[in-house]
Amino acid sequence: MIRVVLPAHLRNLARIDHEIELDVPGKVTQRTVLDALEARYPMLQGTIRDHVTLQRRPFLRFFACEEDWSHESLDAEFPEKVARGEEPLLIVGAIAGG
Amino acid sequence: MSGVRVLVGTKKGAFVLTSDGTRKKWDIAGPHFAGWEIYHMKGSPVDPNRIYASQTSGWFGQLIQRSDDGGKTWEPMDNKFVYGGKTGTHQWYDGTPHPWEFKRVWHLEPSLHDPNTVYAGIEDAAIFRTTDGGRSWAELKGLREHGTGPAWQPGAGGMCLHTIILDPKNPDRIFIAISAAGAFRTDDGGKSWKPINKGLYSKYIPDPNAEVGHCVHHVAMHPGRPGVLFMQKHWDVMRSDNAGDQWTKISGNLPTDFGFVIDVHAHQPETIFVVPIKSDSEHFPIDGKLRVYRSKSGGNDWEELKKGLPEKDCYVNVLRDAMAVDQLDDCGVYFGTTGGQVYVSPDGGDSWSAIVRDLPGVLSVEVQTLP
Repeated sequence: MIRVVLPAHLRNLARIDHEIELDVPGKVTQRTVLDALEARYPMLQGTIRDHVTLQRRPFLRFFACEEDWSHESLDAEFPEKVARGEEPLLIVGAIAGG
Repeated sequence: MSGVRVLVGTKKGAFVLTSDGTRKKWDIAGPHFAGWEIYHMKGSPVDPNRIYASQTSGWFGQLIQRSDDGGKTWEPMDNKFVYGGKTGTHQWYDGTPHPWEFKRVWHLEPSLHDPNTVYAGIEDAAIFRTTDGGRSWAELKGLREHGTGPAWQPGAGGMCLHTIILDPKNPDRIFIAISAAGAFRTDDGGKSWKPINKGLYSKYIPDPNAEVGHCVHHVAMHPGRPGVLFMQKHWDVMRSDNAGDQWTKISGNLPTDFGFVIDVHAHQPETIFVVPIKSDSEHFPIDGKLRVYRSKSGGNDWEELKKGLPEKDCYVNVLRDAMAVDQLDDCGVYFGTTGGQVYVSPDGGDSWSAIVRDLPGVLSVEVQTLP
């Protein structure tokens, strides 16, 4: 079970107030986690990554195990602790805009 | 007694203001979508409880929201706006080719006949349509693929398609306007489009009489007389009596003819309203005095309307989609400011008062007249 923490605006959009637990079959990567997240919460499609290119939106970052995974490949596997659900994947809105 | 519902999009959320027909006491609901930019909200003319909203954010992108209960509750709809066919390029600010990129939805125009059909004006400029209540969107790509497309260039606010006007007497005719490409019209339901910019003169572009390239800020039409259009251009207030085929200047005695909004009285098609703004480098009223100007003769002769409006120290702007009129008698006129005030005149512009003073900066104002 993968744990995912969303920024507040996306929790509001998905109408949840807590961390999300997802079943992710196979490799646990940015692509597979977001596929599972968007399947569970379709209203999040397009808000974290582009519909077509699947590229991360510029002002969102991915953190796992205190490391920035934002620039890793879509198919890079997250750390084992994330895959086992011991650590959450944090999706964070950048502090930007002044 | 009938009433009104005013839909206010702001930089930090949506607000719904309601009143009875006197338009004196107001209820203010919101913010909906707190923290998000709401570029525009508009209700269906055939089902007033059906309202569409464009919700956007630099962090999370574009959402389309729909309400089926007059703005009390909302459901997110499809937010996938993908250009059709070959994307191509337009001009960037420096004149180099730049690929079309979707940024946001500026304007939502529900069909006059079907609550599930809505047109969306987007940045980078294109027009999309849904026929299933917002569950999917498809581009009317004939506009973007018009032969002049590669020459279009963004205005200071981006290359936005901000105005969509549906002709009530001819379902195949739609008018749109783009900053800074100009105005266009289709007469075949959106398959093909032609520029309608003859008579516009923009001295700050290489060819002041160019077919495209004019910074049109807003266009308005009285639904009972769809061949007559009024335009607030970057500079110049203009009028066309032949559906945009030719424009003439009607700035007349305005103290400045720079501005963003323009609208038409609900019952007097020759009565029009503008809010003069000092200049394109100083986006606020002249001398700090907020004024609406009204012409009862279709332009050229303008009267200053100031009763109830700030007499000094007012340095707000009124953005292009932030003025609207209701259908009551007397016609109500509404506008919102970048300072967060929403003003109403329940008597056709003679007197004004603030419905609310301290909202986030107002991006758009629409009004629904309720039975």
